[in-house]
Amino acid sequence: MGKRSNEPLVWSLFSSGGVIAAFMIPILLFLFGLAFPLGWIEAPGYEQIMTLVRHPLTRLVLFGLCSLPLFHWAHRFRFTLYDGLQIKHLNELITVFCYGGAVVGTLLAGYILWNIP
Amino acid sequence: MKETHNYTLYHPKWYRERVSTYWWARQWSYFRFILRELSSIFVAYFVVLILFLLHALSQGPESYAAIQEWLRTPFAITLNFISLLFTLFHTITWFNLTPRAMPVRIGGKRLPDWMIAAPNYVAWVVISAIVAWFVIGG
Amino acid sequence: MIDTITLEVARYRPEQETEPTFERFEVPFNKDWVVLDALNYIKDRLDGSLSYRWSCRMGVCGSCGMMVNGEPKLTCATFLSKYVPGPIRVEPLRYFPVVRDLAVEMTDFMDKLKSVKPWIIRQEERPLSEGEYLQTPVQLDNYKQFSMCINCMICYAACPVYGLDHHFIGPAALALAQRYNMDSRDQGTDERLDLLSQHEGIWGCTFVGECTKACPKNVDPAGAIQQYKLKAATEWFKSFLMPWGRK
Repeated sequence: MGKRSNEPLVWSLFSSGGVIAAFMIPILLFLFGLAFPLGWIEAPGYEQIMTLVRHPLTRLVLFGLCSLPLFHWAHRFRFTLYDGLQIKHLNELITVFCYGGAVVGTLLAGYILWNIP
Repeated sequence: MKETHNYTLYHPKWYRERVSTYWWARQWSYFRFILRELSSIFVAYFVVLILFLLHALSQGPESYAAIQEWLRTPFAITLNFISLLFTLFHTITWFNLTPRAMPVRIGGKRLPDWMIAAPNYVAWVVISAIVAWFVIGG
Repeated sequence: MIDTITLEVARYRPEQETEPTFERFEVPFNKDWVVLDALNYIKDRLDGSLSYRWSCRMGVCGSCGMMVNGEPKLTCATFLSKYVPGPIRVEPLRYFPVVRDLAVEMTDFMDKLKSVKPWIIRQEERPLSEGEYLQTPVQLDNYKQFSMCINCMICYAACPVYGLDHHFIGPAALALAQRYNMDSRDQGTDERLDLLSQHEGIWGCTFVGECTKACPKNVDPAGAIQQYKLKAATEWFKSFLMPWGRK
């Protein structure tokens, strides 16, 4: 095999992030972004949410939900910048910005979820 | 890719049109593609929102109340409404393209695309219901 | 019922123009005519200097691909009646250099086609005396769709990724590589992998999906590329987890 490309890795992260985003984001965005603030559905109280979030399984799901969709964004946004704006010559900068952003977001998610009392 | 334009290398008079920077605005199908790709920005926004919510939760009830206050502002409602539209667009385009990337063959015959897409939609409804049930507090 | 229809045909004569212009031709409208018939009428009766390629006029040879009102089409399969009352704008295939009028330079595509080795590769050839390589109908069905390609390059004219980056191997060549990868008689998958797994190979594709929509033979290059991505990613993880398993 010639030069080993990282594309299979980033593409896999992109795809799995796409799957998670497709299945889970619309309902959560609907609940927290519209239904609760607008009072269509009664918002759960602080303690109730905390009970849910404290559960290790919930944290694991939330970690996946934060990390993988960020890689999904990184991949798509990278190509959108390449093609939509025709700035492929800024390749390195774009790659660092996109995937670096996803890595930082992942670390941040891990930190926040780890430190939930 | 190696450039091997043998006899044409010194042909000076081709005309090659430069692709416009706004190529995606000139054809509906291209524009739809760009919208699909841009949905990823709203996916990323959602993650940022979740991180803020989780951070507020870990800071205590007051911080959580503050972020809920912000979520009620017209700006936040508008932003979240637009984001919801884009993430729905992502979901639909994603499910509809799945059969093309993962064809399923049974007994040597390729299943029609809808038979692969449909279970995705069913699973989506089920997962959404489960998530809602957990969040609202069943 | 109209009697005539106007064609706006792109003209580029390198000895007299630096960039293409449009010339209008009035041709008889006949509901049985395709765009290629109209071009032939122009060439025979109105202006014999018009240059374009065609051969079989029945959707098999793949030489009459042009842009018709902005969409890449086989002009032998595109009826004038679809564009009534006109005018119909005919241009050379997009994203390729224009040689003259409606004829494009296709060396780039030919090189790419050859680079993916679209033929059956055997590690060891069987002697003739042992007979042919047999294949079941199911094995044939596996790749048949991708084998319908007629190399008309319409998918390239539909693909913005190719338009923006000419290093991209492009839909037809990638679909044909996959056609041989999926052929039960072929053993060249590993040999093709190096080229196909570059950024300019499958990973450059962003699944715009226009190639598949434009394809006159229902080849679905976009599907072929995504299927190959999935396979390449699986292989990548396998080689990562089990490095000793690699030949």
